[in-house]
Amino acid sequence: MTMRGSDMVLAAMLAGVMAVGATWAVSAGRVRAEQPEVLRRAALVERLGLTDLALFTEARYTRHPSQSDRHAAFQDHPFALEHFPSGSVLPPRRGRP
Amino acid sequence: MNGWFNRQRALLDFAVSSLGRRKGKTLGLLAVYGLIVFVLASAMLFSHALRHEAKQVLAGTPEVLVQRLIAGRHDLIPDTHLAAIRTIRGVKSAQGRLWGYLFDPAAAANYTLMVPPADAPAVGQAVIGAGVAAVRDAAIGDVMSFRAHDGTLVSFTIQAIIAPESALVSADLFLVAEADYRRLFGIPDGRFTDIVVTVRNPREVRTVAEKIDTALPDTRIILRDEIKRTYESVFDWREGMVVLLLSGAVLAFFIFAWEKASGLSAEEKREIGILKAVGWETADVIGLKSLEGLVVSLTAFLLGYLLAWVHVFQFGAPLFEPVLKGWSVLYPDFRLTPHVDELQVATLFFFTVFPYTLANVVPIWRAATVDPDQVMR
Repeated sequence: MTMRGSDMVLAAMLAGVMAVGATWAVSAGRVRAEQPEVLRRAALVERLGLTDLALFTEARYTRHPSQSDRHAAFQDHPFALEHFPSGSVLPPRRGRP
Repeated sequence: MNGWFNRQRALLDFAVSSLGRRKGKTLGLLAVYGLIVFVLASAMLFSHALRHEAKQVLAGTPEVLVQRLIAGRHDLIPDTHLAAIRTIRGVKSAQGRLWGYLFDPAAAANYTLMVPPADAPAVGQAVIGAGVAAVRDAAIGDVMSFRAHDGTLVSFTIQAIIAPESALVSADLFLVAEADYRRLFGIPDGRFTDIVVTVRNPREVRTVAEKIDTALPDTRIILRDEIKRTYESVFDWREGMVVLLLSGAVLAFFIFAWEKASGLSAEEKREIGILKAVGWETADVIGLKSLEGLVVSLTAFLLGYLLAWVHVFQFGAPLFEPVLKGWSVLYPDFRLTPHVDELQVATLFFFTVFPYTLANVVPIWRAATVDPDQVMR
């Protein structure tokens, strides 16, 4: 007996929805399993008094965005417009010089 | 109930065979639709996990930081400021920090040179981050030398390498003794990069910060909340690249989907006419076409979301790496903890699945309410 088109689509959708549910379950499991590692990172930050993530090491003000001047890019050079790619995913600090 | 279910199944059968008759068009639409969901979901999952990680990891960052400004530029802070801060009511402790940047010509990379507040390495020794070890191919016991401010050579023996699991916060760290730091940069005793202040009562942080600001007007105060807020806007949807790249793609998709959904082809109009002529009711035709739209949009959403999850949390978001890496030589090798915000996923579902399904219905309703004879002509 051949399977009806509707049954195939419903089965595929059900499998997809279950897979999405599975990603949530796996995520929750990994969050629990990796919590000690996160706490170790937090402890290192506290011990060394770190202020920023080492995500963008290309320039001083992108390495430590929380410590830099708002217009840090312009202080390097009169024509130094913001030109680092990381400047496009992290905006400058607001509310202080 | 059973009758209703069988009716929907029959309609779904018809919808599937109808989509199958336009295989090329359907697959093309699915691919573009799925790709848009994939990009949106990847950016959403990555930024949420990164923000969550930053929030957790930076929970213990200094409560209050005091920097000195001279002529609008950050300058070294003298220990007289340290003594003045210690006399302010509410201050529990104040300690000078020594940190800065060191360019290594051998790797063409910038390191963050720092003196740990406690358990600093012995003079002539250094503890390095996993990123530094990787770019210099350094191991414990190796010697790294740098030119000091006066041109003399300062050598460091690698005492330890910080665990790679902490690379997200420590990849470029180069921890040294205070004497080495001052010798390397020629910074005299009694001068610091900035000052870390702890406050007795956490509710008084702002009051203490205001007192410091009044007592030392040449300083800039940075609070822990501000540091945390910095990372709340990383990959914010309104910011820079994300909106620039995605708005074009999303607009193109909406035009494509609107065109596809609202402008019925002659073949589709004929199909509706025939269905009406053989006795289908308008509600059945609308139901059929809605199901077609739902099958396409739901499949695209499920595929796009699942691929995005695998891309971000299994493969470490390689598509975002060029942007995050930018022009930096040293980049942390990190794997994000998969924090998924179900509400965000639900929002993405709503904004990707429903508009397309609804856009399908309007033209079908218009065609289905016209006389079948007229539609078929």
